[in-house]
Order: sequence, then C-alpha cells, then structure tokens
Amino acid sequence: MAYATLAEDLKELHHPKTWVGKYVWSQDHKVIAVQYMITAIAIGMVALVLSDLMRMQIGFPGSLGFMTPEKYYQFITIHGMIMVIYLLTALLLGGFGNFLIPLMLGARDMVFPFVNMLSYWVYLLSVLVLVASFFVPGGPTGAGWTLYPPQAILPGTPGRDWGIILMLASLAIFIVAFTMGGLNYVTTVLQARTRGMTLMRMPLSVWGIFVATILALLAFPALFVASVMMMLDRLLGTSFFMPSLVSQGQHLGYNGGSPILFQHLFWFFGHPEVYIVALPAFGIVSDLLSTHARKNIFGYRMMVWAIVIIGGLSFAVWAHHMYVSGMNPYFGFFFATSTLIIAVPTAIKVYNWVLTLWKGNIHFTVPMLFAIAFIFTFINGGLTGLFLGNVSVDVPLSGTYFVVAHFHMVMGVSPILVIFGAIYHWYPKITGRMWNDRLGKIHFWFTFIGTYLIYFPMHYLGLLGMPRRYYEYGHTAFIPDSAHLLNAFITVIALGVGASQLIFFYNMISSYFYGPKAPGNPWRATTLEWQTPTTPAPHGNWGPKLPVVYRWAYDYSVPGAPEDFIPQNVPAQGTDRHHKT
Amino acid sequence: MAMAIVVAVLIFGSLAFHFLSPWYFTPIASNWTSIDTAVDITFWVTGAVFVAINLFMVYALIRYSHRRGGKAAYEPENAKLERRLTFWTAIGIATLLAPGLYAWDQFVTIPDNASVLEVVGQQWGWSFRFPGKDGVLGTTDVQYVSDDNPFGINPTDPYGRDDVLISDNTVHIPVGKPIKMVLRSKDVLHDFYVPQFRARMNLVPGLVTYFWFTPTKVGTYEIMCAQLCGIGHYTMRGTVIVDDQKTFDAWLKSQPTFAPAAGARQAFNSRGLPATKVKLAENRN
Repeated sequence: MAYATLAEDLKELHHPKTWVGKYVWSQDHKVIAVQYMITAIAIGMVALVLSDLMRMQIGFPGSLGFMTPEKYYQFITIHGMIMVIYLLTALLLGGFGNFLIPLMLGARDMVFPFVNMLSYWVYLLSVLVLVASFFVPGGPTGAGWTLYPPQAILPGTPGRDWGIILMLASLAIFIVAFTMGGLNYVTTVLQARTRGMTLMRMPLSVWGIFVATILALLAFPALFVASVMMMLDRLLGTSFFMPSLVSQGQHLGYNGGSPILFQHLFWFFGHPEVYIVALPAFGIVSDLLSTHARKNIFGYRMMVWAIVIIGGLSFAVWAHHMYVSGMNPYFGFFFATSTLIIAVPTAIKVYNWVLTLWKGNIHFTVPMLFAIAFIFTFINGGLTGLFLGNVSVDVPLSGTYFVVAHFHMVMGVSPILVIFGAIYHWYPKITGRMWNDRLGKIHFWFTFIGTYLIYFPMHYLGLLGMPRRYYEYGHTAFIPDSAHLLNAFITVIALGVGASQLIFFYNMISSYFYGPKAPGNPWRATTLEWQTPTTPAPHGNWGPKLPVVYRWAYDYSVPGAPEDFIPQNVPAQGTDRHHKT
Repeated sequence: MAMAIVVAVLIFGSLAFHFLSPWYFTPIASNWTSIDTAVDITFWVTGAVFVAINLFMVYALIRYSHRRGGKAAYEPENAKLERRLTFWTAIGIATLLAPGLYAWDQFVTIPDNASVLEVVGQQWGWSFRFPGKDGVLGTTDVQYVSDDNPFGINPTDPYGRDDVLISDNTVHIPVGKPIKMVLRSKDVLHDFYVPQFRARMNLVPGLVTYFWFTPTKVGTYEIMCAQLCGIGHYTMRGTVIVDDQKTFDAWLKSQPTFAPAAGARQAFNSRGLPATKVKLAENRN
C-alpha cells in the first residue's frame, strides 16, 4: 500500500527551539492553520466594514459625506474580492484544510512542511499587495469583483492607474500561494493517511477539502492566465481582451481582442470557485451534524460520490454566468441543462443532512445550531440557483439584486455559518480552552436571523428589476418608494449583524485567556483529531506512535456499544455492526 | 426547541412575504409571457420543496431533540430511499428545465418579420439607429467614429445613407410588431435592460449582439444599464416610448438621416487604415 511508507515513517521531527520558530516561521500545520485563519478573518473584517459602508450608501444615499461614486465602486469591488478569495478560500482550505487533514488522517504533518510554511507567507504577501492598493494614487480598482475588461483597464473606472495592477498582481501571488498549499493537501491525503485509514473511511470534512483542492488546482490556472493577459493588455498594450474601441472620445491602439474570452476564463475559474468554497463547507457540516446528532451521517458513500460528481460537473457549467453576455446564444441550451443536472447530487446532500437529524439524538450545541442554520439557508440559496441556472428564467433576473441575494445566501451566508460552527466546534482542540456558551448562542441568533433578514427580502428587489452596482437610483418610475424603505431596513439589519460579530471576537479572545480548560474530546466525537495524546495537539500530533484506524468515522450510537460513540482508533469489538466501509 | 420554532417562523414568514409584499415583477409589456410562466413554475416547484424539506427538518428537530437516556438510531444508509429521492429530484428538475428551454428556444429564434433597431452604447448614454427606407443598416466600424460621425457609419456604404439616427437617450418603437434589437458598444460592456420587456442582452465592443421582443403595451419605459460600465454606470439611463403605429411613423419621419458630408469619402481614404468591418450580413438579404 502506497501510504504505508510515509505513514510508518518514524523519523524524528525537528522540533523548533525558539518562540519565533514555533509561532512565526512555523512548519507545524496547526500553527500555519491558525496563521491562515487569523489573517483571513482580519482581512475579512476589512471586507465587512466595506460592506457596511456601501450598505449605508444604498440604504441612506448621501448619508456618508465621503462616499463618492469612485469610493462606492471601489468598496464593492474589494469587498467581493476579499470575501470570495482572501477570506473564504483561504480560511476553508488554508485554515481548516491545514488543521484538519493531518489530524483527521492520523498524519504527523503535511508531507511538505516547508512548502506549507511558504504557502502562508506568500498568501500574506498577496493580502498585503491587495491592501496596498488603498494607498496608491487613484486607490484600488473599482471594476467590480469580476474585473470585466475593457472597462477594468480603461479610464472611466476608478483605480485604473495603479489599483488594477495591484489587484491582478495580488491574484497571481495568491494563486502561487494556493498552489503550494494545495499540492500539499492533495499529496497528504493520498500519501500520508495512517494505517487503516482507507479513502472510504475518511471523514467527509477531508473529502470536501480534498475534492475542493483538486478543483482549485485545476481552476485557478485559468484565473492566473487571465490576470497575466489583462496585465499585459494594461501595461504593454497587447489586445488579448481588447477590441478596437473609442474610450471617451479617444481612439485607442487596441484591436482584435475579445472581452468575452476573459469572461470564459474568469468563470471557468469562477464557477468551480463556488464549489471550492462550498465543498469544504458541505464536508464540515456533515461532520458537525453527525457528531452533535449522535448519529452516523446518512448515506456516507452517496455523500462521497455526490462531492466527487459535483466537483466534476462544476467544470461544465461556467457559462451560466454568461447567458446574456452576448456569447453564442445556443450555448444556453447546454449550460442550462448541465447546471440543472448539478442540482441532483446537491439535493441528495441536503436530503442526507436532514435524514441524519431524523431519528437522531440532537444536542443543540452552538456548533450544531450553526450547522442546522446552514441547512436552512443553503436550501434557500440552492433553490434560487434553479432560477438563475435556467437560461430563460435568468434573462430578466441577471444583473439584478436577485443575483446578489442568491449568491450571498448560497456562498456567503451558508459557508460562513459553517465556518462559525467549525470554529466553535474545533476551538477546544485548537486552544485547549472552552468558549462561553451563552455568548456563542447570542452570536448565533444575531448572525442567523440577521443574515436571513438581509438576503431573503433582497431577492424581491431583484424581481422588481433593480440592477445591482448602482451608486444611487434617483427617481425611477417603476421603483416604488417602498423599495427604498426596504433597502434602508436591510442596511439597518446589516449594521446590526456586523456589530454583533464583536460578540464572537470577544468570546474567542477572552476564552483563549480565561476560558475553562477543555477536555480532549468535549463532543465525544469519533474522528482522530479528538484522540490526540494531549490537547492542544503537540508538534507531530501523536507522540511516539501513530494511531491505527479500525472503522469508519461515524460509529455513533452503535447498538450494544457501552458509549454512544466509538472512536476510529478503537479496535473491532464483538458488539460491532460493521458498516460496509 | 428554540431552533425549531425559529425555523418554522422563517418558513411561514418567507411564504407570507412572498404573497403579501408589494415587490414583485413589474407588469409585463412584451410578448415574453413564456419567461414569466417559467418563473412562475419555478416559484411553485422550489417553493414546495423549500416548505417540505424545512418542515420535515423542523419536525425532526422537535421529535428527536436530546432527551435524558435517549439514543439515536443506527442506520448507515437506505439504498431504496436514496434511489427514490434521486428519481423524484430528477423529475422535479426536468419539470423546471422544460419550460425554461422552451422559452429559450423562442428567445433565440428571431421572427422573419421582425424590424430592426440598432442600439449603440457608450459611457454613459444610449443612441439608436433605424435602417431607413431600404431596411438595411449601413456597415459600421470603430475606425469611422468621430465627432461628425458618432455612430461610426461607413461613409462609403450606400446602405448607410438613409439610416435614421437618434442621438439622444430616447427612442420610439411601434407597439405590436416584433423588433430585433441589434446591439453595439463603442467602448466597454453595457447591458440594455428594460425590466418590463423581460428580454435583454449585453452590448459588447467588437461584437454585434442581438435579442428580440414584441412590445405589447403603449407606454414609456426606462432603460437602465445593467452591466457595470465605469464610474457613471448608474447614470446610464434611457427611455423607450412604445407608440401606436401612426404616432411612431410620424415621429420617425421627423428624425434626421445619416447624410455624410461631401468630403467624408476622401477623409476616410486619406487615413489609409485597414478596417475590420463589422458586418450585419443577415440584414442584407
């Protein structure tokens, strides 16, 4: 077996001797995970503040004196870019991928710890380059997070001089960073699983992260070349994406390029990106539901295959973002069909989550509340995807607030609920401390109800026909005053949800110093990360001997067993009911 | 328990909001009722699924919440149930896809008797061109765009001479006649969006895109650019006025045609630039 050589490697790890070696230039996957998480959340806070500022302009136009159209477009652009790439992708793969893969698979670390360390520092560089764009002449780009040319690199768009260059450079650097991390995750999953940890015994968290990483390794290169080509168009005057045009009265030297080509490249990355965020969330939420319902995940094998099939299909649906782009309209038949087919494995996952709750023994812990809330918001966001994926139904809705509401519900709110659930769930293992339950619940109710109140009504502004990315609407005959009132309502809720995140930060930080000591396995969970010899787990994770795996990850409430969970490293007993895996 | 109650309240609250809130599609003013039908079907099917799955979850949350001494069932999978759910989901998906593709088939099929209106976008305004008496739009190219020739019409093309040019943001079209909208941009991406017409399409520099519809109600409608086109995006408004045929004819007659200055031909030749023609071949038939 291929994994045996690495998994059995008894070579002593070189433990760092200095504080800097342990916490700064660390090669320990758990420290790198925390570095990724803190950086991603920190830059995410910038994006959160930007969103509240832009909501002020939408809800109460003109209320912020400094909010010019330039600033508004810059804020929406950087908000979107940070949330999708620098927060969600980095947090789920760089953060949870790093923390969970070696621990859940019984490995000592990632297979390339040094490359893993580089991955984080290069990621940090990409974040700094992005932040730097706020301080260059003209500010960051205001081209919208999709950066569609020709507009993105022409006068008339904010940040055309420097902002767009830094944005494209930052993306390219991010992709370099991700590639170093991603190769690590895939190789570790394939090569460093401990004895007995077959692929079909892996927890779904690892499956989700594993498949998402493969998607990212295949999808990000499309964004990388698109960024490089646009950079050349901007700096050297090439014409990859630029046809001959007249920009504000000036004939420019471009000729023969195609703006649609950029859109194909962007969405060839951009659609898998949705699943790069969603699949880890799918996996993690499966484990949260199973653990806190004290019941095996329903239909494990189907869940694995659904992740794999969704991942594969996600490369064949990208042009559903382009139904009204002016591409050949006959593409619409194919992409509508492929898009709606992807709903079948996705629906199966939803059924299986709900069926995991069915006949469970549901503990309403804070992580569980977030997991259940995810099911609710994901059903909502998934179903509105059936509107936008279905070509002709998309036509009147494209580019309106219906789209904004849909993708925030499905890839903003839903994965972030999972991320919160996951942070609460694994916090005791990461820090060795327990958080405050009451504050956790207050944070949950504000976040869950608040975000639903923001995004559910927003769909109806889109149905009404309000286009997105409008600095202000002025007087428009078909938009009634009540729609502006609704926008003001949404803004008030958004400010409240934003402020309520302070409860989360207070809870996390104060618990780190003053929280009660956490037991090694507070949730009585089966997976390996809860079976480490000490908590937090030491460098190398397992002490002298690697754990050996005897069973799948979901032996909860096995009939006849003395406890309602049997960890994966407990040898077979007479009372076992062996699941086929 | 609190979670089950909140989810139940959100389910019924969402339904109430859907039926009671004042915000919904604007009244349709074109032939695209097939799109509205597809949207309605999608609302009914997805709405039913939304309520069914979530209510089932609410029931599970109440019925199976932790009790002292309670224990979960052990049921790793149920192949029969999973197969059935897959089958019925596929049926549901097909129910949505069929009306969607049916409407799209109409959308991509331009009626033979459609008249032609060209829409030209630039940062940040609209202009329009009718093909004139010959029914054919003259060829255009970005190379020809100048202060004297803002549409970039080929001055040597005889088909362009009688083209009727509408240089402000307001255009009139006749009610009840299918119209093919031919879209062109001089600079960046734009989107011709009139919510009441449902149909719409991007304007792409370097390409000629199109869509069609039949206006069904006389009235005044606002065009909103719906593809981010720079800092003035939100100001890129226009107006479509749907007239009865008589009013429309009278209005069209009063509009100027493209009358190139006598020297235009020389001016073009002296530039000596190889121009890639944007041809509207189908309009030449």
